[in-house]
Amino acid sequence: MSELVVTAGWYMALAALLFSIGAIGLLTRRNALVMFMSIELMLNSVNLTFVAVGKELRTLEGQIATLFVIVVAAAEVTVGLAIIVAVFRRRETASVDELSEMRG
Amino acid sequence: MDIRVIIFIVFALAAVAGAISMVLARNPVHSAFGLLLTMFSIAVFYVMNGAHFVAAIQIMIYAGAVMTLFLFVIMFVGVDTSDEAEEHIPFQRPMAMILGAGLLILIVASGIQAWVNSRALTGRGSLGTIENVSDELFGTWLLPFEATMFLLAIAAVGTIALAQFAFTLRSTDGSDDE
Repeated sequence: MSELVVTAGWYMALAALLFSIGAIGLLTRRNALVMFMSIELMLNSVNLTFVAVGKELRTLEGQIATLFVIVVAAAEVTVGLAIIVAVFRRRETASVDELSEMRG
Repeated sequence: MDIRVIIFIVFALAAVAGAISMVLARNPVHSAFGLLLTMFSIAVFYVMNGAHFVAAIQIMIYAGAVMTLFLFVIMFVGVDTSDEAEEHIPFQRPMAMILGAGLLILIVASGIQAWVNSRALTGRGSLGTIENVSDELFGTWLLPFEATMFLLAIAAVGTIALAQFAFTLRSTDGSDDE
């Protein structure tokens, strides 16, 4: 039996699993905050893929891409949470099901 | 057995457990702590892949700043679990499960396909220390790095404008003078 070694494929499988869990969370939960956390989980799993594949291809570009994703995610979180707080102040709820006034 | 295999298995289980508890927890605070566990586990994987600087950033920005912001907003909005009880769209949860499982199969299948068909070992192969990352970031990727400055400035101004907008709505209380 050959020696068991952690390869990039292991990380990619884990990242695919985490991404799918995040997608399911985004589709099933109604609380806007938990949906936001699911998006963060999906971004994190993609970051893991970038770093693992960058290691495998012997390049630093994966880590640079991860840094940019982290910057964009941080900016997105500030604006998104500000929107959630603004909606909460107006409607007293954080559930996306209550926000159906613009539905056609 | 290699020590790295043991570390991978332990922290992969921690990451998946954190992610599942984030999705299943009724209380948003528990969701936040599940996500925190996942983020710490992913930081461990970064270190295992030689990405030391990215791991430090992961701990500081995600586990530190972003999750603190999340917990702050949860405390502000209040823990409200009543809205998860009733179904507004029929069969939403089973359909979401099926779609998620299909997505997982699709990602794994396409990943295997891409990985087997294209394999090229190029590049310098240096570790992700601060020195190497900054060489790359301020050399090749200087222009995108400067562009993030605009993004952060826009995000900061937008957040302030949103807070101001909500305040104005609250103080006038429906009487539209615009």
